[in-house]
Amino acid sequence: MSIFIDNSTRLVVQGITGRDGSFHAKQMIEYGTKVVAGVTPGKGGQRFENTVPIFNTVAEAVRETKANTTVIYVPPPFAADAMMEAADAGLSLVVCITEGVPVLDMTRVYPYVKARGARLIGPNCPGLISPGSSKVGIIPGRICAPGPIGLVSRSGTLTYEVVYHLTRAGLGQTTCVGIGGDPINGTNFIDCLEGFERDPATKAVVMIGEIGGTDEQDAARFVKEKMKKPVVGFIAGQTAPPGRRMGHAGAIISGSAGTAAEKIAAFEDAGMGVAKRPADVVDLIRQRTR
Amino acid sequence: MNIHEYQAKDIFRQHGIPIPPGGVATTPSEAEALARRYGTTVVVKAQVHVGGRGKAGGVKLAKTPEEARDIASRILGMQIKGLTVHKVLVTPAAEIATEAYVGIIVDRASKRPVFMVSPAGGIDIEEVAAKTPDKIMRLPVDPVYGLLPFQALQMGLFLYSDIKQARAAAKIMQQLYGAFWASGASLAEINPLVTTPQGDVVALDAKMGIDDNELERRPELALLRDETAEDPAEVRAREAGLTFIKLDGNVGCVVNGAGLAMATMDLVKYYGGEPANFLDIGGSSNPDKVVAALQIITSDPHVRSILFNIFGGITRTDDVANGIVTATKASPLRVPIVIRLTGTNEEVAVKILQEHGFSAMTEMDAAVQRAVELATAGARA
Repeated sequence: MSIFIDNSTRLVVQGITGRDGSFHAKQMIEYGTKVVAGVTPGKGGQRFENTVPIFNTVAEAVRETKANTTVIYVPPPFAADAMMEAADAGLSLVVCITEGVPVLDMTRVYPYVKARGARLIGPNCPGLISPGSSKVGIIPGRICAPGPIGLVSRSGTLTYEVVYHLTRAGLGQTTCVGIGGDPINGTNFIDCLEGFERDPATKAVVMIGEIGGTDEQDAARFVKEKMKKPVVGFIAGQTAPPGRRMGHAGAIISGSAGTAAEKIAAFEDAGMGVAKRPADVVDLIRQRTR
Repeated sequence: MNIHEYQAKDIFRQHGIPIPPGGVATTPSEAEALARRYGTTVVVKAQVHVGGRGKAGGVKLAKTPEEARDIASRILGMQIKGLTVHKVLVTPAAEIATEAYVGIIVDRASKRPVFMVSPAGGIDIEEVAAKTPDKIMRLPVDPVYGLLPFQALQMGLFLYSDIKQARAAAKIMQQLYGAFWASGASLAEINPLVTTPQGDVVALDAKMGIDDNELERRPELALLRDETAEDPAEVRAREAGLTFIKLDGNVGCVVNGAGLAMATMDLVKYYGGEPANFLDIGGSSNPDKVVAALQIITSDPHVRSILFNIFGGITRTDDVANGIVTATKASPLRVPIVIRLTGTNEEVAVKILQEHGFSAMTEMDAAVQRAVELATAGARA
């Protein structure tokens, strides 16, 4: 079992003929993901790698292939439109890998996608993988293995580091989700924690946060109040210097500087195991799943 | 990207916000000339990308042109929170009856632009927010509709009981929202928004931060970047497509990905060392980036060891290895280097490194420990 993606995932790749899109489309196909369509306006009617049909629009791709999920590799100026097009076409899961999407674009994309009942993951994220069944995005498949651990992270390569430790220790994963580090993203920690709490195959959860914002603190409250499964956390940026902040508005609005210390305190208050080093996640999970 | 007060004021003025005139001086005599032109008491304000300028002595009143010259000569060249002041803004001093605060920021929690206004503006606004939160009004804006007139008036009335002043403030909020949206801003702030003894509502300060992701499609805003107001190494890093922040330690770090870069710095500290920097080479794996990264790190005289921590995903580790070889051929290293890499094309990378006399490690903990030991030994020698 898993969350968000599994064997029934039928994937569209938006930007399939671009440099990143084509490279990762091949990787996903090799991993076993059902890539049923590509979208590149102007290249409709062609085929990717002589097999996957390419369409001009997402709506057409959905109509012809019964796709239910999309992954977006289009450049930043077009990413907002791509996310909205995907939601409008009726896809239930929209994963946006693109880095550099303007935040004000996201203030309009988020409500648009939500109003159409789709789940957005990202932007600026590595995507997700349910080891052994489906991979949507760029997380390297060979560092993962099927197993009982759910993982959610704001980071990319730091996620790989933690997964690498877990897999080598024999702790495979149900699903690894990279939610992305942008100020406005479609799916937050709590959405993933809820999913893992409901997923019968997930026995324990790893949550990897970073300095900035209050998402980790909110997630810790959710763990404390709603979760029965053990959760282990790590926060990156414990030694980061305070930024040269210009205005007052950020601190006023959140009442928080978003420091690692605040987040670690929130994790501890929720009874979570807190790893001092990425490698410590393994022992903490073992202690809590015995 | 941060812009200066005078640049933010220009943008605000274009949107109709009432702001007293002002001119920028880079020398004391320019400041004197400006003060003479205004013919009244002026304020000389350091133009630098940090808050707390006033408390640091970077904002002063000058009653005469000669005094303006004097003050400018003291403020120009002054260091405020590590940044040198290269420009001052000279502006006629306003008579102030009351000071309010008005700010807009993109709020992560509500995922919208949010206004924050307070009748208790001025330099202690953060304390006001912490101690008397009822003096702050928060108003999220639906980005599809923008700031609606009735919302602007609600905020105006929160600031002023006089309906004329409330209406004037409401108009300023609409203009500020217009400037915020049109500039792709992440922050727009007026602190203080003042009333004069004559009852006028005027913006005396302006702050703006622009979302870096907007600059590609708004080249006119990218031109506002003042590289003299930034750390030269950070400017070079940005030009090479790297994210770099200089720190005070002696272990130079080169990492792919911001989260892993921060975790690497944390681990350096965990093993008793001090990171010399934060450096993220990003997702793509151009060997040129690695060359630039090494140049930036080795130009810091405090660095005693260099640590590469690369987890290849999109980044190909063989590209990183080639970058290391190219960079060290061009200018041999004078400090030891520790290379940890794993992931995409790891076997090729290790072979390239070995052929050129480098060894590679696969474990992050072991590599960080080694880099800290070498830096400590190097600092003693």
